[in-house]
Amino acid sequence: MTDPTSLQITSAAENTAVAVRPRPRLAVFKFASCDGCQLSLLDCEDELLAVASAVEIAYFPEASSRMEPGPYDVALVEGSITTPHDAQRIQDVRRIARTVVTIGACATAGGIQSLKNWANHEDYLRCVYASPEYISTLATSTPIADHIKVDFELRGCPISRHQLLEVIGALVNDRRPRLPAHSVCLDCKRKGTVCVEVAQGIPCLGPVTHSGCGAICPSYDRGCYGCFGPVAQSNCHSLTNQFLDSGNAAETLLPLLRNFNASAPEFREASNRVAEISIERNGASHR
Amino acid sequence: MTVATESNRTVLFLARSQLNQLIRTLADDGYQVVGPTIDQEAIVYGDIASADDLPIGWTDVQEPGKYRLQRRDDEACFGYVVGPHSWKKYLFPPVTLVATADRTGTGWQLSTPETEPPRYAFLGVRACELAAMKIQDKVFLGGPFVDPTYQKRRAAAFVVAVNCTQAAPTCFCTSMNTGPRCSSGFDLALTEVADGFLMEIGSEPGNAVAARLAVMPATSEQLERGNSARQQAVDQISKKLDTTDIRDLLMNNLRHPQWEEVAKRCLSCTNCTMVCPTCFCSSVNEVPDLTGDHVDRERSWDSCFNIDFSYMNGNPTRNSIQSRYRQWMTHKLATWHDQFGSSGCVGCGRCITWCPVGIDLTQEVASIRASQNDSSVGSAVSSSHDEKGNS
Amino acid sequence: MKPAATAHPHNPWLAHAVRIAHTETAAPGVFTCDLVFEDPLTAAEYSFSPGQFNMLYLPGLGEIAISISSDPDQRDSISHTIREAGNVTRALAQLPVGTSLGLRGPFGSSWPTEDCVGRDVVLVAGGIGLAPLRPAVCHLLANRERYGELNLIIGAREPFGLLYPLEYDAWRAHGLNVHVTVDRANSDWHGAIGMVTNVLDRLWLRHAENTLLMTCGPEVMMWYSVQMAISRGLNPKSLYVSLERNMNCAIGLCGHCQFGPQFLCKDGPIFRYDRVASILKVDDL
Repeated sequence: MTDPTSLQITSAAENTAVAVRPRPRLAVFKFASCDGCQLSLLDCEDELLAVASAVEIAYFPEASSRMEPGPYDVALVEGSITTPHDAQRIQDVRRIARTVVTIGACATAGGIQSLKNWANHEDYLRCVYASPEYISTLATSTPIADHIKVDFELRGCPISRHQLLEVIGALVNDRRPRLPAHSVCLDCKRKGTVCVEVAQGIPCLGPVTHSGCGAICPSYDRGCYGCFGPVAQSNCHSLTNQFLDSGNAAETLLPLLRNFNASAPEFREASNRVAEISIERNGASHR
Repeated sequence: MTVATESNRTVLFLARSQLNQLIRTLADDGYQVVGPTIDQEAIVYGDIASADDLPIGWTDVQEPGKYRLQRRDDEACFGYVVGPHSWKKYLFPPVTLVATADRTGTGWQLSTPETEPPRYAFLGVRACELAAMKIQDKVFLGGPFVDPTYQKRRAAAFVVAVNCTQAAPTCFCTSMNTGPRCSSGFDLALTEVADGFLMEIGSEPGNAVAARLAVMPATSEQLERGNSARQQAVDQISKKLDTTDIRDLLMNNLRHPQWEEVAKRCLSCTNCTMVCPTCFCSSVNEVPDLTGDHVDRERSWDSCFNIDFSYMNGNPTRNSIQSRYRQWMTHKLATWHDQFGSSGCVGCGRCITWCPVGIDLTQEVASIRASQNDSSVGSAVSSSHDEKGNS
Repeated sequence: MKPAATAHPHNPWLAHAVRIAHTETAAPGVFTCDLVFEDPLTAAEYSFSPGQFNMLYLPGLGEIAISISSDPDQRDSISHTIREAGNVTRALAQLPVGTSLGLRGPFGSSWPTEDCVGRDVVLVAGGIGLAPLRPAVCHLLANRERYGELNLIIGAREPFGLLYPLEYDAWRAHGLNVHVTVDRANSDWHGAIGMVTNVLDRLWLRHAENTLLMTCGPEVMMWYSVQMAISRGLNPKSLYVSLERNMNCAIGLCGHCQFGPQFLCKDGPIFRYDRVASILKVDDL
């Protein structure tokens, strides 16, 4: 499936009801994240003007000092929930936004920072901060959907700007976004990229990872890191068994599975199982 | 393509040093010569400018879920089996423009592209791949509607087949009656021996090309060496698929527990369908430009392993890995017979090698077949249709 | 390689430009859209058989398979009765008269109207399933003298879900027994309440063995209608169902609409029941 990039895809329909509607008001909110996904919106370059003409960007601190109060038609939410304050703030976002779209691995799965979910939170605080008593933070990093109802999730670390434009275009025109739901493997095959796992024995998460990146890593002889998170009905159990059976040490698979989407349930279960196998096999601690 | 019968074919000998002459002759005739070449740690199909681009001295080692290149102890040009690519990428490209729409003052101008097709010369087509082309010919040209892209590309193509002289443990063409000997469907067919190639002519265009090459009638000694080279491939084939009544075997076992069993291993990742030289599933998608005034309708390879492939009224019809694996395998080995009069499988073994977890369809069939003596399996399960209503 | 001798000469991907001539609400969430060809030559060449479908195309949004619901002898325009379900149908519902769109077709198999000659015929429609049967009704009534007893059983969830209610009297006047039943209704409803199979169960059949049944509606409804028909003595070879699957190309090349050995787009959508009976009840096929 290709990435439809246009906002004008209503074709004839826009001559009618759509054209007379006021522009939907868009807000962009940041939680625990690196800002990379927000930047994808600014990265749209050619399309940015089209976005600006299709929606009113009412609140986007990363891009503009003009901050208009809600309510908003669409809230793009980047980042995960890692502090008590953010846990409260996301409730406020939900109240003032008609549609909430979470963008990126942090917002949809907890992000790389969810590695803290496997660590001792207090130890980290003491290591990093001279005066940890001033730090107010939660023991876990969790996706937005664990806290509020989310209308649409856009995956990726970072998200694909083509997919973002498709979602905005769909919301503006009151239709369902068309996003491919297949695995990264299909994209590799369409490009003619040879499977790095089969031909080179490189552990690759492509078969269980959602399409969206354009299958970049395998085309550079790297295994897929799973940036776009688990594909629906992913069979991580079978894939990790294959990695183990073909001679990969369990502990080498942990960094692969515990990555940007470490806390996506399918990847989390797979990595926990691999960690247990690692302990069984060599007694090492990889908790 | 007029195809002479095997018995009245003259066999010629092309010296190894003359292989470049064949490639040049094809290029001079306006063909884009494509064939085996090494890229990304595999023997794939790509542009061939000269014999130097061929995988000289390399072979492939295959097993379920595993493929590796390996040095040969000779300098054979075609001393491998089959790789991850198939010729369908040229005849049925991964992405094709099938139609366009342009906004006019009053509506839409709807068109189909009328471009000249690329003229490919395929160098190194295996017997199983010739069979795969014949099967896709049935699909794209044999029905009430003909696919114009495939039709033009196919009609323009020149086929140089190369007989296998070795086989992989994943090969089972002898079970599917598709090889390893190339018997028809080519313009020229080569058999590689130490100092050159035995050459058979399969068509008039093939004859015309051969006439411009420095070829000699093959000697009986050369013929004998060709026979034993080809025999080596036959002897190496170890995998078997018992195709006896396979259509009924599978269609009578749509509720067999083996589907659930294979679903525990299957990733539903689409790899088997993508590497299969006969799989033809696709989807057409809208690709509008920025203004929305011009829309390309693009056809891309798709797969029955994708959940959204069977979406109907918002829900997937095949909402489980087991139902999707069953769809793929029953289509390939059973219902293909109903639809196109042959199996959809040519025994090339790609789906076995390139499955990331090494699922072997011949073993899945064997499991179902083996269970047929056990009356406890394959019985009907209760249906979910237990309600009735009007709409 | 030569294409099959029967292959269509035109590029099957080429859509014809059509315009919306009329559009109206048919039931809640259901609308009927009449289309006319922009090119008079195409209009003159175009003909379809009852039960066939078209691919309607909104550039940029996509294409959908919709059964034709107009009278095959009515050549001025082509009607489609459409349920608003996805992006394309919802956009289509909003389009004003005069809007231009694309059409490919007609595609697929048709109702066996020739086999009906000299026989009694029962049509069973559920919900929007009446739309693909309407061309068959028109055809049977236009050639009324060629057939025996004609019965049409129409079912809907609720009275306002009934399609084409203003036409029932005219159909009756032309010799079609129309039986209407709904799943539920309030006290304003004076008709039957119950399932189509209840009506079929009680339907007077002159010669069950010489009666042909065509049904279109939810798969479950068709299944039970067929079982009832068999129990009433109809021959399984005289029963016809209209099936639905995801369609993408409509020309048998894309693989989406496969149902066991059948391609719904070219072998179907209308099948003789006995040819699909063995796979109809297999889950997730």
